[in-house]
Amino acid sequence: MDAYLRRATIWYGGVGLLTGRVCRSLALPPKYFRVVVREVEVMGVQSLGVALIAAVFTGMVFTIQSAVNMARFGAESYVGPIAALAILRELGPVLTAILVGGKVASGITAELGSMKVTEQIDALRTLGVNYIKRLVVPRVLAALVVFPLLTVLADAVGVLGGMVIMFAERGADVWAYWNITTYWVVPKDFLTGVGKSVFFGAVVTLIGCYNGLSTEGGTEGLGRATTATVVHVTMGVIVSDFFLTKLFLTLFY
Amino acid sequence: MADHIVEVRGLWKSFDTVEVLRGVSFTLSKGETLVIMGGSGSGKTVMLRLVAGLIGPDAGTIRVFGRNIEHLSEEELLPIRRRLGYVFQAAALFDSLSVRENVAYPLREHTRLDDREIEVRVVRNLRLVGLGPEVLPLLPAELSGGMKKRVGIARALSVEPEMLLFDEPTAGLDPTNSKLVAELIEELHGGVCDTAIVVTHDLELAKTVADRVAVLIDGRFAALGPVAAVLASDHPAVQAFLAGEAR
Repeated sequence: MDAYLRRATIWYGGVGLLTGRVCRSLALPPKYFRVVVREVEVMGVQSLGVALIAAVFTGMVFTIQSAVNMARFGAESYVGPIAALAILRELGPVLTAILVGGKVASGITAELGSMKVTEQIDALRTLGVNYIKRLVVPRVLAALVVFPLLTVLADAVGVLGGMVIMFAERGADVWAYWNITTYWVVPKDFLTGVGKSVFFGAVVTLIGCYNGLSTEGGTEGLGRATTATVVHVTMGVIVSDFFLTKLFLTLFY
Repeated sequence: MADHIVEVRGLWKSFDTVEVLRGVSFTLSKGETLVIMGGSGSGKTVMLRLVAGLIGPDAGTIRVFGRNIEHLSEEELLPIRRRLGYVFQAAALFDSLSVRENVAYPLREHTRLDDREIEVRVVRNLRLVGLGPEVLPLLPAELSGGMKKRVGIARALSVEPEMLLFDEPTAGLDPTNSKLVAELIEELHGGVCDTAIVVTHDLELAKTVADRVAVLIDGRFAALGPVAAVLASDHPAVQAFLAGEAR
């Protein structure tokens, strides 16, 4: 138990210290913006398919389940706003963060961890390069752009998927469905979800970077670090989602 | 005193419960090559990493280029590190970059040179380590062990260092390549960078390049002085170590 607590304290402390160093290193020299753009491509464009496929099927499943069960209470006409609220406030940002985050963060851990065990990080340091600015900050900045964008797209595709399945399976009137959805859903429903995704992007990237930079024990350690990242990202997103939800409900309800 | 590039006093370093360094002290003057010898796991590389500020000591002081570095932050250490070149045991080349980009990396980071000027300097540095322009497009995975070491030295030279730190420069090389690297270090000593710390267990390399030799045994320098004096040391542990290496 002591060893577990010690490891947990070191991990949370390490992520906290890394966050502090990233905040102090946010001002990048112009040449590093090319790195940010490359990271946006790696994280965003290459994750687009995963995010959209997950969103469309989740939207369809949630909507059809809601329709079948709400019909028992005579409330099927409210499926549109219920599905949209769930997708915009929770499913869009959280699923995108878990799926894309797991993919992105494990990739970051593998790359930085490999650099760590082959002393390439130390090589950067001995060349007088601020490795936080060079390796971590561009990834965090890219995530702050990519995660909200992917979430917006996932939201749109998820809601659209729900509408299509209601039309195809339940014979719903598309205009009526759209009208009642837009009547009940307000901008803050959408914006709180997007706000969460910004936070998730930062959390996911910092976890990936920290686990990579703290990799020890050669290739075996690298494997452990990459696996741990997937677990940490999933738990980090789910747990922080609860607190963000409480915060946003307090601030904006 | 003023021309000491490195001054180390009472250095202690341990990992978990293992005390690796136990009160090590030495100085390195400008124009001098100090070779630190010792068996595997004796703390030679730890010593080099402490001097480069890659890790911090548990106790003691490390003064590099006239500045105490043991309490400096990573950001404060960067300008000091730009004045030294570190050659890693396994070269630590950036594996996704070509030889050209590896050697050019410090120039792109720290200078405003245009591509043509960078290319000239890269070719010049590679020539200094005995490599021709045919290696420029190769990736590190396509190089032999000896070539990797030399590219690592060329990259370290790109920052135009005032001091070079070599970590086991001949480890894993065949006798021919070991001799080439030893001669290269000797040439650098008389040319582009005259001050160096070389960590090795290779006695022949020490004899070739050292002005002074230190033998690290049980976390302390059991002998420190000119090569001939250390070779003639009557310290039993030093004699045992040197006899083992000579075999």
